Amino acid sequence: MPILHTVNKSPFEKDSLETCIAHALDGSAVLLIEDGVYAAANGTVVAPRVRDAMRRLKFYVLANDCKARGLGEDALIDGIEPVDYAGFVDLAVGHDNVQSWL
Amino acid sequence: MKIGLLVNEGPYQHQAADTAYHFAKAAIEKGHEVFRVFFYHDGVNNGTRLTTPPQDDRHVQRRWTELAEAHGVDLVLCVAAAQRRGICDPDEAKRNGKDADNIAPGFRISGLGQLVEVAIECDRLVTFGD
Repeated sequence: MPILHTVNKSPFEKDSLETCIAHALDGSAVLLIEDGVYAAANGTVVAPRVRDAMRRLKFYVLANDCKARGLGEDALIDGIEPVDYAGFVDLAVGHDNVQSWL
Repeated sequence: MKIGLLVNEGPYQHQAADTAYHFAKAAIEKGHEVFRVFFYHDGVNNGTRLTTPPQDDRHVQRRWTELAEAHGVDLVLCVAAAQRRGICDPDEAKRNGKDADNIAPGFRISGLGQLVEVAIECDRLVTFGD
């Protein structure tokens, strides 16, 4: 199984997501957490970059952190899968390793 | 599965201490073993018992302590990072001539070897922080 990457910084604050996408191999998973969830919002300048990356990477988002920031499921890019903390654990366990981009 | 956590950020700074706690709790609820949480850099500030947040706010340090007491999670503060930030146990306080210690129950102070051990012993090492 491939690697799970986590990104916890907003793409409007740091380039963690860009670094992650540049390093992640095809078939890897990316979980957006904390301020990283802003990258999952539809209609931002980052959204096309995320959509492009989604052709080769599976994207997840931590639902609790979306809710805390007023991002409902209807505000997310189609195809990004919301997970809760238990889902976060399942993703960590279900991949070979976890790489955190901070 | 055996899971280790690395927390590099202080409480009430961004969200890393909260995310790490909720991840650890969810992992335990799913039947996994949280072998150790290693607190490094500003993360050592999670382990002072002098923490006194407003009553209507979450108590980050106490949550960790309760997790350690209920599930035997090993909470380790990096000794060098802790000394820099004024976190010490009775031994460190005595050794450095301090008039008090402030380590919270459930936490202990040790070296980076404990982090290396997490990387070796655990199936997964998940990092939270800045």
